Amino acid sequence: MDLTAETVRGIAKLARLRPNPEEEQRLIQDLSAILEFFAQLSEAEVDGIEPMAHPLEVDQRMREDEVTEPDRREDYQEIAPDAREGLYRVPAVLDSD
Amino acid sequence: MHEQTLLEQAQALQDGEVSSVELTQFYLNRIQAHDESLNSFVTVTGAQALAQAEAADRARSASEAGPLTGVPLAHKDIFCTRGVRTTCGSRMLDNFVSPYDATVVERLQAAGMVMLGKTNMDEFAMGSSNENSYYGPVHNPWDSERVPGGSSGGSAAAVAARLAPAATATDTGGSIRQPATFCGVTGLKPTYGRVSRFGMVAYASSLDQGGMLGVSAEDCAALLGTMAGFDSRDSTSVDHPVPDYQKELKQPVDGLSLGLPKEFFDDRLDARIRASVEEAVAAWEGQGAQLVEISLPNLPLATPAYYVIASAECSSNLARYDGVRYGHRCADPEDLEDLFCRSREEGFGAEVRRRIMIGTYALSAGYREAYYDQARRVRQLIRRDFQQAFEKVDAIAAPVSPVLPFRLGEKTQDPVAMYLIDCYTIPVNLAGLPGLSLPARPVDGLPTGVQLIGNYFDEARLLGLGAAWQRETDWHRQVPPGFA
Repeated sequence: MDLTAETVRGIAKLARLRPNPEEEQRLIQDLSAILEFFAQLSEAEVDGIEPMAHPLEVDQRMREDEVTEPDRREDYQEIAPDAREGLYRVPAVLDSD
Repeated sequence: MHEQTLLEQAQALQDGEVSSVELTQFYLNRIQAHDESLNSFVTVTGAQALAQAEAADRARSASEAGPLTGVPLAHKDIFCTRGVRTTCGSRMLDNFVSPYDATVVERLQAAGMVMLGKTNMDEFAMGSSNENSYYGPVHNPWDSERVPGGSSGGSAAAVAARLAPAATATDTGGSIRQPATFCGVTGLKPTYGRVSRFGMVAYASSLDQGGMLGVSAEDCAALLGTMAGFDSRDSTSVDHPVPDYQKELKQPVDGLSLGLPKEFFDDRLDARIRASVEEAVAAWEGQGAQLVEISLPNLPLATPAYYVIASAECSSNLARYDGVRYGHRCADPEDLEDLFCRSREEGFGAEVRRRIMIGTYALSAGYREAYYDQARRVRQLIRRDFQQAFEKVDAIAAPVSPVLPFRLGEKTQDPVAMYLIDCYTIPVNLAGLPGLSLPARPVDGLPTGVQLIGNYFDEARLLGLGAAWQRETDWHRQVPPGFA
């Protein structure tokens, strides 16, 4: 199955990626080949088989609702590209007017 | 000194024949002399290593040393190390210095081990040749024009060239076992949930498992005993007792049944590798193991199922890299959308972007059932195949890789061909089982390997079979000619 440029652009938007036109062509080719490789999965006889979540069928573990971590906000924000006064800075989200 | 195993070095430290500072300096010198041609390290932590070694020597003088105190090792650059950058082989994390240590790092450090540095890897552990690293490819110490395998290619090459006595690694679809076989070292992928994933950068969370690469099965046993165990900080960590692996691996081979699945010995397998695997199997038979032909009928669908699941989980896990909280941020973003998209486009390499794209597609409305859920059903079938096999046999013997280490650049143009190289390692991750890769008879000067697959939490049995084979052979003792 061959993907269209429009589909590839749609996936890129969902994935927050922005391929240039040359890469877009490459992706159409590569992703189509990979999907063709995936197509053999439809041959599997899976009637009544539950999709597997965890190899050991372990349930999600619960824990006591207690604070276990110290407040290390400054350590965590020190590695941010742009943080000030405890806040992460990004371009304006709302229009100024 | 570098020809010794990790346990022999631990003994030498204990006997006072060498100090940790001397041993650490010796390896730092080897890295300095040899790593320019291999590129197996992203970061060498010389000053910290010597400080840790001094502390280890002080602990020994004060009679506070444990069995591994003062022995150096390297960490795959996927394990977070507080104060030392963790790149995961990506431009995205080129400037990332973790505010905390991974549990694996913490436990090995608490045992007194000395970190030499962080090893190169395929970006975000996605790759089978170590050609997907932002820091350049790693070269195979046995032939510098060939790949070391991946994604733990740096760890495998460093141990093979004896630039470190052992190294941590991770395995999502074969990333410990395949580089182990390509570089001629021993590698263990434990049972899913055996070793904590806390602080191990996530790729595909239902498959990722931490383990190690070492010279011998016994070395791996010593490290596993330190690394394994329940961790409340990893929600998929399993609360299961940790045995004394070094003691348990002395169990005899006599009387064990060893399964040979016909789907692993198919026409994809290089006949010369098959001969090396059969030689190892015959050795176990000679030690009293009983060979049983078995079948895992759903195995041919493992590779496509794996790449659907791994890509889907990667697209979700890597959504966290947004250019806001840490990692790469593009210059002069116009708006928030532009900041997200350009930071990610610039920060991720081609293979990572490809997998994010395919995973996003497989999880998108209208396709989830056909791809992701179908793949997880196939995964269930593969697990059942293994469960049925383990009703009949104690362990399974198989090849690790269908091909010998290939040349750099040979397979980079064809992603599907690269994916198929993992066909013998992937099924083990899908089922969540432990797998051990052991060096076998080389072919034309290139390493080969044999894989042992065990039932859940049966690492000791695999390591015992491995140690029994390594007592009879010295493939694991061989050092590449340029590094002797």
